[in-house]
Amino acid sequence: MAYVDDFPTDARIVRWNMAVAFLALGVGGLFGMVQALHRTGVFRGFVSSADYYTVLTGHGVLLALVFTTFALAGLFTWGVTRSLDRSLPSPRFSMAWFSLMLVGAITAAVTILGGLVPSMPLSADVLYTFYAPMKAHPLFYIGLTLFIVGSWLAGVDWFRTYWHWRGDNPDERIPLQTFMVLTTMLMWYISSAGVAVEVLFFLLPWSLGLIAEVDPLLTRTLFWYFGHPVVYFWLMPAYFIWYTVLPKLSGGRLFSDPLARVVFVLFLLLSTPVGFHHQYVDPGIPEGFKFIAMTNTMFLLLPSLLTAFTVVASIEHGGRQRGGEGRLGWLRTLPWDEPAFAGCVLAGLMFAAGGFSGMINAGMNINYLVHNTLWVPGHFHLTVGTASALTFMAAGYWLFPQITGNRLRFRTLATIQPYLWFIGMTFMSNAMHRAGLAGIPRRTAEPQYDSVTFQGVVGGVSEMRLQIALGGTLLFVALLLFLIVVFGTWLGGDGTDSLRVNSSIPAPLSGPEHSPKILDNLKLWTAVAIVLIVLAYGLPLSALVADGLFAPGSPPIPV
Amino acid sequence: MEIHRYEKLWTVAALLLIVGLIATVTYGAVGPGVTMVDDSGGTVDAQSLGDTEFSDPGVTQVDNNEYEVHVVARQFLFQPGTAEPIRVPANSEVTFYITAADVVHGFELAGTNVNTMAIPGQVAEVTVRFDEPAQYGIVCHEYCGAGHHTMAGQLVVVPEDEYDTEGS
Repeated sequence: MAYVDDFPTDARIVRWNMAVAFLALGVGGLFGMVQALHRTGVFRGFVSSADYYTVLTGHGVLLALVFTTFALAGLFTWGVTRSLDRSLPSPRFSMAWFSLMLVGAITAAVTILGGLVPSMPLSADVLYTFYAPMKAHPLFYIGLTLFIVGSWLAGVDWFRTYWHWRGDNPDERIPLQTFMVLTTMLMWYISSAGVAVEVLFFLLPWSLGLIAEVDPLLTRTLFWYFGHPVVYFWLMPAYFIWYTVLPKLSGGRLFSDPLARVVFVLFLLLSTPVGFHHQYVDPGIPEGFKFIAMTNTMFLLLPSLLTAFTVVASIEHGGRQRGGEGRLGWLRTLPWDEPAFAGCVLAGLMFAAGGFSGMINAGMNINYLVHNTLWVPGHFHLTVGTASALTFMAAGYWLFPQITGNRLRFRTLATIQPYLWFIGMTFMSNAMHRAGLAGIPRRTAEPQYDSVTFQGVVGGVSEMRLQIALGGTLLFVALLLFLIVVFGTWLGGDGTDSLRVNSSIPAPLSGPEHSPKILDNLKLWTAVAIVLIVLAYGLPLSALVADGLFAPGSPPIPV
Repeated sequence: MEIHRYEKLWTVAALLLIVGLIATVTYGAVGPGVTMVDDSGGTVDAQSLGDTEFSDPGVTQVDNNEYEVHVVARQFLFQPGTAEPIRVPANSEVTFYITAADVVHGFELAGTNVNTMAIPGQVAEVTVRFDEPAQYGIVCHEYCGAGHHTMAGQLVVVPEDEYDTEGS
């Protein structure tokens, strides 16, 4: 029985969330190609350089927030219902949070795109970070608020399902997928509180003229309180797939369920008290707090390094189950022509590279060299732009048949797509990293100046530009292939195919019975997470508000 | 809880890497003395910079080889830096005080580790040694509005003897 037959209502929720996610990915990806061609000077015919920032805002919001969160909502709805073997309690409630997120996303997107239409009064050319005192139209902040509240309610839906299950199963360990969903959402509640305070108490009333000034450093600090954990909100659903689905795709089992739980607990504890590492070069923040954030950030490497071990060990187990032998012979027997498998593994490989450039970013003093240069988007296109995005696409190849009842269509396109994405990203990201070392800034329409010459440290600047433009174009082609496959699969059948895939997941080699029960004590971990945040943020935030909540103040400046 | 022997080794190696990375940052701070931009520059009223030390931004000599440079970043220029280059002599220690008059900007000497945010209301204090004559591009690396990509400037380190004769 396919998932869609067992859980028809939940399958619809998963389908709609994934559909919105991938449509946002399509539009955001198109914007990405426009940027890659524009800023390198290869082709500037799509938009003017002033409108570049409208496109850039759309790219950031549609991909970093809309795509990732809807994909997460789809995957988590599937994971909770599958692992608890029960439906979400109320289809009406599920539709409510989905609709709220959708209305919020559309409101924000329309407000942003209004910037391209001079006759429309809407605009929000403030980028995904919307630093005050740059002001967007109030509808931008309202849209974001609805979107985030919708994501909170989605979490409530998953928690309710869990509580119902707990009522029937008082003594069982939390199934691994649900455990991952709950820890991720606890992290999300704690961290998105920062951006909620920023928007609701400061930016929204300020954009409406209800308060005259806000403190740019305070609002920026609140943003980054949220802005780093959001990175883990993108990554944890990818880890969720790597831990629970990828071992099966390789032909084996998860190596260790207990370690997977430890990893997610570490993310809950350490994702938030690190935000100052985005503000290493901000004035107004004492060095000591930056140092604390730096050490926390370094320890946040631990769960990712542990994941690397478990995931590779699980894949190796799969390869050996398929008959692979010798030290590396198991690599050959893996299903490299299976797009779901190839996508996840290539995403993991790029994440390893992104992890290393992230270590550089985290190094407080070496960060001076790369802060706000093209190095930084070079880094996060490996993490969110590949580790998350390619994993979600890979999961789509595997899940769309199960939530539609149709076999995967256009298999050949699907088979080459992850490799094409990988090649495109290799071109784009390596060149962006090197351009960053030369000091070429990020977030700009024309990084070519009369008064500034950039010296390439490794390779020449014009060669980097070509690689970025070529890589961006290949990525967009790969994205089109992906959209053809998933929407072709969805629309190309009547839901009655006999499927080659199913949602049953083999038990881990080392199961939850081998881990201490305290790992499942979510109240305890939430409390520890909050204590760590108070330690990291208590003093700096109280210092920032000591001279007045709105001082030193800035009036809104429309852009 | 049962942990595979290889996994234990891997975890120990991971922890060593983490501690090692923290050690390199600590060494950078106490050895070569790389300090972070912090709150030492204090705050300022961004809307009345005319009444502050930023009323007439530019280069001031404070000691034999020590100079202060006040820079105001505003849409879409550095003052000084864009209309005329910032000029300092070689073999000098220069402390920059940088703030923003309108929105958030960035201040980066391209290809170096002189790199700070310019935030309205805050003053970034950055001390740099310039040993050799050179010419550096200044880039605003934080999006600041529709003309962001035009916001740039120059810093020129001139030979000591030439600097004296110019007076600057």
